[in-house]
Amino acid sequence: MPKCKYDWPEAGERKLIGKRIGRVDGPAKTSGKAKYTYDINLPGMLYGKILRSPYAHCKITTLDTSAAESMPGVKAVRKIQDVGAEIQWAGDEIVAVAAESPDMARDALDKIKIEFEQLPHLVHEEDLSKVGDHGKTAGGEKAGDPDKAFSDPDVVISEGYYGIATITHCCLESHGSVAEWTGPDTLKTYFSTQNVSGIPGEVGEALRQAGIDVKNNNIETICQYIGGGFGSKFGADRWGIENARLAKLAGKPVKLLLERDMDLEVAGARPSSYAKIKVAAKKDGTIVAWQSDSWGTGGPAGTGMPPLPYVFTGIPNKVTRHTSVSTNTGPARAWRAPNHPQAAVLTMGALEDLAAKLNMDPLEFFSKNADLVGDRAEVYRQELSKAAELIDWKKNWHPPGQSTSGSVKRGLGISLHTWGGRGHNSNCNVNIHPDGSVEVNLGSQDLGTGTRTVITIVAAETLGLPLEAIELNIGDTKYPASGASGGSTTVGGVSASTRRGCVDALDQLFAAVAPSLGVPAEELVAVGGKIQAKADSSKSLTWKQACAKLGVKTIQATGKNPGPCKLGDSGVGGVEIADVSVDTETGIVKINKMVCVQDCGLIIDLKTAESQCYGALIMGITYALFEQKVMDEATGRMLNPNMEFYKLAGIGDIGELVVHMMTGPGYDERGTIGLGEPPVISPGAAISNAVANALGVRVPTLPITPEKVLAALEKGGVA
Amino acid sequence: MKRKKQKPKEVATRRESLTRRDFLKGASVAVSGGLLITEAQAAASPPGPEAVAGPGPVPITLKVNGKPHKLNLEPRVTLLDALRLRLDLTGAKRVCDRGVCGACTVIMDGKPVYACNLLAIQAEGHDIVTVEGLSHGDELHPVMAAFIEHDAQQCGFCTPGFVVACKAFLDKHPNPTLQEIERGLGGNLCRCGTYAGIRPAVLEAAKSMKGGKAHA
Repeated sequence: MPKCKYDWPEAGERKLIGKRIGRVDGPAKTSGKAKYTYDINLPGMLYGKILRSPYAHCKITTLDTSAAESMPGVKAVRKIQDVGAEIQWAGDEIVAVAAESPDMARDALDKIKIEFEQLPHLVHEEDLSKVGDHGKTAGGEKAGDPDKAFSDPDVVISEGYYGIATITHCCLESHGSVAEWTGPDTLKTYFSTQNVSGIPGEVGEALRQAGIDVKNNNIETICQYIGGGFGSKFGADRWGIENARLAKLAGKPVKLLLERDMDLEVAGARPSSYAKIKVAAKKDGTIVAWQSDSWGTGGPAGTGMPPLPYVFTGIPNKVTRHTSVSTNTGPARAWRAPNHPQAAVLTMGALEDLAAKLNMDPLEFFSKNADLVGDRAEVYRQELSKAAELIDWKKNWHPPGQSTSGSVKRGLGISLHTWGGRGHNSNCNVNIHPDGSVEVNLGSQDLGTGTRTVITIVAAETLGLPLEAIELNIGDTKYPASGASGGSTTVGGVSASTRRGCVDALDQLFAAVAPSLGVPAEELVAVGGKIQAKADSSKSLTWKQACAKLGVKTIQATGKNPGPCKLGDSGVGGVEIADVSVDTETGIVKINKMVCVQDCGLIIDLKTAESQCYGALIMGITYALFEQKVMDEATGRMLNPNMEFYKLAGIGDIGELVVHMMTGPGYDERGTIGLGEPPVISPGAAISNAVANALGVRVPTLPITPEKVLAALEKGGVA
Repeated sequence: MKRKKQKPKEVATRRESLTRRDFLKGASVAVSGGLLITEAQAAASPPGPEAVAGPGPVPITLKVNGKPHKLNLEPRVTLLDALRLRLDLTGAKRVCDRGVCGACTVIMDGKPVYACNLLAIQAEGHDIVTVEGLSHGDELHPVMAAFIEHDAQQCGFCTPGFVVACKAFLDKHPNPTLQEIERGLGGNLCRCGTYAGIRPAVLEAAKSMKGGKAHA
């Protein structure tokens, strides 16, 4: 069968793909030269700030902005919501101001006179009996005959309660934009966004609805660097639209990035998830039945059911029921692998507890039940085996609660995960100039995942050039549209569009130089900075000589995804194991070691791929042990909207981390598949299981704080 | 609506009935975690009405990366805002804005400080080095080169703060152990999870910096 034209090069031919290559924007980032949205300073620029609701549920009864408007230095004041508006969460936007300095803008907010009528609020959902009519039945499924399966006298049943609290995104660069009207109907916006190509459409639509006539193609969006997104920066957001309106009103550019407290309170939330779960297995460990009653909140809109049971979807008898709880808290946003970390915590916790009840080693238990995951069972078995080897499972695992004597108990825990990760729609414009320079242009963005590096590697590999020969332009809507960076879709999208664009551009170059080499175009290859005959390397031109044959004509080609030839796929798996020590006197959990074994098809840059996994483990340690959006019952406000009490792991909190990527035959031929989400799914579940293994009792909910560890020990376990 | 007052504002509000000397002493207490201004330094400022600053803009000179910059600033302006908004030195980032995350780290008289936690007027008369002062054109500081080699950055927003903190740390600890690194860089936070790359990067930077010899 003839090889498809755009196929990835065979393993033996790859010069760059799959190697460990340092990120191409490393020098800009480490030296502080990289300009993020927050760093944009324009002449005459004003600073925007927003007055927000202090109450979780209220109505505005009076609002007077006149004193703020008349302050010197205040250039624009806009009421976003006015008297009568009902507000559903604390921190909702009410008035936007723009002033000559950030301090003046803050002073202006202090001058706004506003009164509210407070209404009853609900900000806690863990106790479902107290949510009243805020809880709504929201789906569920049934398969097989779970009642019959659970009543079989030969099965072992485990029942438990599991959960994971709402956390925030806490991007280090807060959400926001800089807006500049460069003409009466032309707008330039710098956005901290995961979706460069999508912003003008959203902003344009909102502005037109507000009576400001601007065409989408007169809105430019720029995002060269973004200080974290993690799923929370897809939209322009109300403050992004308002910023464009402030700039219009003031006739000057305005920078409006959220303050830290509001970024945590309103601009990022991962829905909580809690469940009562019953699982059954035969005495040989074969899982036969699942029953879950789950609930959670994603703010006013509630939240859907996580994919339960997770990964082990083939459990023959199962019933799931879900309650969505609407609360007066900041709305949920996609958070790396939406709903999967929650599903992993609930499922893997219930399954390891079942293994414990069966007196089975969970490694053996998960391997035995791998067929329930579907057609990738063998991959999971290999990943389980590799992860076990890397953590030295045989030596280090012990049955639950049977750690060595002493007050510090050690335990191991496992979790499995899955994700899709098919490449998104992407367009890539490739120009080869007669002087030999190569430009690759995409309206994509690099969230720090290594997108720039991956595109550059694909282009250089395809054109037979060194990385430095590629001039890559992304992060601007003047380049061809490329999808939003979410759901691990970017690497598959941009690598495929870049590959196709470069192959087509190269074809044109081959056609242009074929006559002078006396070799048919289809028998030419680009390798090592030369264009040469496949069969006779003496018939060659350097890249520069070859491009000179173009005369004055620049080659232009556009690669697209989706497109011909299979360059990517969907569906990955991974296994993570945590090794923890728990101090039963203080309740403090310490990470000794984490292992991540992950497949994601053909890896373009092994170094940045491994970094995704290391980062995911660390982010996972953080949400497993530290993170929670703590809401105050009385005021309805977030109690920890700052970085001293909304805790992130520090460099001393992470233990030893080991990452193993599954590559080579069986993986590479699948093409590229995304990696941003999958490795962040399992750490919470693996750590929760490791703590349960150490103590012999489950700490039911994440984050696993010292207080919860001590409370669990009151109920049983080793201490 | 009442907003929680920022520390710099409290300082600015209290200023009016104080001498500059009293003000500086007060500020050094109010801005916990920032560099303490010593009695001797405070005493060096002449007392008297002409030294009372603000609340409007006051002329100050900041010495940053070896160069003096004359600025007219309200006393409540933080060093971080002065660097970022007035001098366009945006390498130091505004993240937590209250002395927790280290993204705004700069070096003042050889010591790493949180620029969000100092007033610009407190930095007058001191030597400030920002991340921009650590590289020259394309020539990167060894800490930067080591960060690239070990991929110790993802989104990169915490990275300049880490680079500056590492530089200051290695100046004091040229032969650090891993434990010392974890303690010494505990004042900087990353969200993407780049610590796994930072640990070996600091060890390598220690080796490549003059006189450094790393051991794990």
